[in-house]
Amino acid sequence: MIRKILLSKWTKVAVFTACLVPFGVLVWRATQGELTANPIEFVEHWTGDWTMRFLIITLCITPVRKLLKIPELIRFRRMLGLFAFFYVCLHFSSWVGLDRFFNLHDMWADVEKRKFITVGFAGFLLLIPLALTSTKGWIRRLGGKRWQLLHRAIYLAAIAGVIHYAWLVKSDEHKPLQYAAMVGVLLLWRIVVWARKRWQQQPAARSISAKEPTTAETA
Amino acid sequence: MSEKKGSELTYSDITPKGAFASRRNFLFGMAATGAAVGGWKYLPRWFSGPGKGSVPHPLSGVAKWPYDATDKVTPEGDVTTYNNFYEFGTDKSDPSQNAKNFQTSPWEVSVEGEVKKPLKLSMDDIMKIAPLEERIYRHRCVEAWSIVVPWIGYSFSHLIQKAEPTPKAKYVAFQSYYDTRQMPLGPQAGIAFPYVEGLRMDEAMNPLTLLCVGMYGETLPNQDGAPVRMVIPWKYGFKSIKSLVKIRFVKDMPPTTWNIEASNEYGFYANVNPNVDHPRWSQAKERRLGEFFRRPTLMFNGYADQVASMYAGMDLRKNF
Ligand code: HEM
Repeated sequence: MIRKILLSKWTKVAVFTACLVPFGVLVWRATQGELTANPIEFVEHWTGDWTMRFLIITLCITPVRKLLKIPELIRFRRMLGLFAFFYVCLHFSSWVGLDRFFNLHDMWADVEKRKFITVGFAGFLLLIPLALTSTKGWIRRLGGKRWQLLHRAIYLAAIAGVIHYAWLVKSDEHKPLQYAAMVGVLLLWRIVVWARKRWQQQPAARSISAKEPTTAETA
Repeated sequence: MSEKKGSELTYSDITPKGAFASRRNFLFGMAATGAAVGGWKYLPRWFSGPGKGSVPHPLSGVAKWPYDATDKVTPEGDVTTYNNFYEFGTDKSDPSQNAKNFQTSPWEVSVEGEVKKPLKLSMDDIMKIAPLEERIYRHRCVEAWSIVVPWIGYSFSHLIQKAEPTPKAKYVAFQSYYDTRQMPLGPQAGIAFPYVEGLRMDEAMNPLTLLCVGMYGETLPNQDGAPVRMVIPWKYGFKSIKSLVKIRFVKDMPPTTWNIEASNEYGFYANVNPNVDHPRWSQAKERRLGEFFRRPTLMFNGYADQVASMYAGMDLRKNF
């Protein structure tokens, strides 16, 4: 039953629509003049928060589908990742177009001098190749292994997002710490799975490496 | 848009069936706990009514000050919903919500230290020390936003004269009200309370330094520092301490809250200065609430004529 729902075309449409809700709410609030006394800052924070949330949701897919044995969830991973990219693009544009109003000099000074902007910018740059290579064609062209390796950059982007947030708050670290905890758990799970696999495969791995060097694969 | 089944084979499932059901319960439990923990803070907000705290009332007999800033006054709704008052939460929207139950009556301000006449002042006493004036000041936050506010109060120097400081008094130390029963979010703010601030004696005596009891024709709303606060228009907003309970005249430079928190970011003087950047952002421009484009920040927030001489010969890069 669950399987059938998850595989339905309509579920994908529903999830897609749900992912647009934060954007819709933002636009709605804008038309109602409910963007607080500092609308530009509000848009910047709203889109930054939703970038972080979508990164985290995307990182949840693999653990949840494995722990709960719902492999069908993989259908949504690309879409969620691309929504993270959608929101970071809005976030970046709100900084470029609203906050700094296309003032290249100001923006460059920020990227160069302000640590939290530098880290955020790095996170954004990391996500660009992931969005570009998210298609089936690119998976084929790169080969599954290499594609997977490349897409591990999302771990770094999530970490960059957390550091970015932690560095920009003045004193109350609660919210960045909440994100840090979530990203931490999700990455820790991967480390545990990886370590367990290594542990179990060790004898086998040794016999393989005796046959052929694996450096090309792990590089 | 359907994926090929084959692509799913690479993700092999390793969980045995037995562990699966209990793990699912566990995860649902985790999710429910997470939702509960995340939601508890906002629940009271949904159900909160008008609040049980003190509310502003109109002030009469307020004289007009001749030197008002000519900038457009910021809408009152912005000044009452966009606040940094960390005792009531660290989001800009928190204080207007969480200060609703703040009781500011009775109130007492203690004037003490190096003075001939220590004082315990009620709000009635404070209202009578000097005639109230409405003064339109620019107010520049260290976070690079600014507002223009019609404050009500009088020069702090009137209170100083009443207390008669001794020649030993070189600085004034201020302290805010702090009580976790009234300010339950205080312990989460990440800075130590009670909030403390300070001025050099000549700064405190400067006629621009305002002891403030109201704004927009009324007494101060709770979230803006009721019932009495300081306003020092040529310094970053964090110098303008709110909900004042103690004024102490001292010999040495007193500790100040943000300086304790991060001394490389927030100095004792904290004069508005477009040429000295905060380590994490530029101070050259500011966003005036209600305006789209950032505007250039003025030296001493545009009050250089009245205050620059106090800092003659000082290296403002070091004494930021
Ligand atoms: C992986 C990429 C990024 C993530 C996950 C991210 C996330 C966030 C988050 C969570 C916030 C705080 C929101 C809040 O306070 O509620 C934020 C704020 C902000 N971000 Fe990003 N961000 C990213 C990239 C960038 C980039 C590329 C820029 C610009 C170059 C940028 C500029 C800003 C600015 C200016 C703020 C507001 C700072 C302030 O108000 O003091 N971010 N971001």
